[in-house]
Amino acid sequence: MALLVVIAIEIARLKDLFAVVMLTGIYGLISASFFVVMDAVDVAFTEASVGAGISTLLMLVVISLTQRSEHPVRHRPVVALLVVMFTGSMLIYGTFDMPYIGEGDAPIHIHIAPRYLKDSMQEVGVVNVVTAVLASYRAFDTFGELVVIFTAGVGVSALLMTAGRRDDKKPVGSINDSMHKQHLVLRIVSKIMLPFIMLFALYVQFHGDYGPGGGFQAGVIFAAAIILYTLIFGLTSARRVINQTTSQLVAAFGVLLYGSVGLVSLLNGGNFLDYNVLASNPISGQHLGILLIELGVGITVASVMITIFFNFAGRQVFQKNKDT
Amino acid sequence: MLMGLFNNWVVVVLMMIGLYIVIAHGNLIKKIVGLTIFQTSVFIFYISMAKVDGGTAPILMANVTKYANPLPHVLILTAIVVGIATMALALALTVRIKEAYNSIEEESIQEQNTKQASELDELDPRSDKY
Repeated sequence: MALLVVIAIEIARLKDLFAVVMLTGIYGLISASFFVVMDAVDVAFTEASVGAGISTLLMLVVISLTQRSEHPVRHRPVVALLVVMFTGSMLIYGTFDMPYIGEGDAPIHIHIAPRYLKDSMQEVGVVNVVTAVLASYRAFDTFGELVVIFTAGVGVSALLMTAGRRDDKKPVGSINDSMHKQHLVLRIVSKIMLPFIMLFALYVQFHGDYGPGGGFQAGVIFAAAIILYTLIFGLTSARRVINQTTSQLVAAFGVLLYGSVGLVSLLNGGNFLDYNVLASNPISGQHLGILLIELGVGITVASVMITIFFNFAGRQVFQKNKDT
Repeated sequence: MLMGLFNNWVVVVLMMIGLYIVIAHGNLIKKIVGLTIFQTSVFIFYISMAKVDGGTAPILMANVTKYANPLPHVLILTAIVVGIATMALALALTVRIKEAYNSIEEESIQEQNTKQASELDELDPRSDKY
């Protein structure tokens, strides 16, 4: 915990944005290990793949697109410091009314959590309660969140989409053309690792009912594999493997899959996203429903992340071509 | 006994560092990093609330009765992924601002804006200056 504070202070002090981004990656990793200590394994899994992986990569790409160092501050930081101190002390004052961490009879543990823990085995039949709540009890929320992710992907595409068709005709220099001839070790090691990363993503996807994991984590890990491939072998060859337009269509397909599971359960006489009616036996219906919507989540998250990365990397090529 | 609130205090400190970065720094990427720190502090707050002493991760097992609260885990799990998606959107906006203004510092963007506005005023024949 104290490490987190130290890193955050360093992030505030440093001017070199590259170092800041690297520290952000470490910050994500440490908070992930803190989540493990707090028994939140699913969350730790997500934070490790997102906070320490994808977000650091995206920031690095953006820094290479913009600038590396920060100009000295010309604001009056004293005022900001005062505001922050005041708000902070009010918040600290507020914490004295909070229940202590780890107390079993705090208000948060009394109302709905016991029901999830006690009845989810009979009602949903999934060992991992987090998955049961995410994909069955609160499936409607998760649907909304998936749509938010999809919308963000569409937004990034709208902002950064380059006139790709013209670029495709002439051979475009990929981001790392010079690099992937030199770094033989990186190339070979990543080639060996890629299938295992993808296999691991699939395991996380389909094992979410029984252990930590699920669509969100699997999607991010799968996207990380593709992004690794892009970094080592260049954007052009990656685009040949996964067409950017296809990946956008696939993202929409994931959202549609999720929504249509809801519609099918509606047509079978249940409520929206009520899986009990999907099969003759409620438990197997729940299993089928959770499997399908986790698949939808995984597909959308993976392809949105890939689309976002392709857009950033494509912008780099576009800028380079414009300059020369 | 005081250790029971230690996590909350760390959350407050992290949150305030994030807020300070957002207020005091002009660089847009630095501001986004500040927002990320702010966001993570909220995650830590939720996850600490879910902890139960002597409990384990909420994966049902035989002969275990105490589990951490699964509901905050669900909320934060999705919030993390939504957070990265919105961060990507913010970064995309930053890239476009850099292309339009050739800078990602707040002051220089504002300077350029006021300069442009005053130039437009001078060109406008209906302006009061004439």
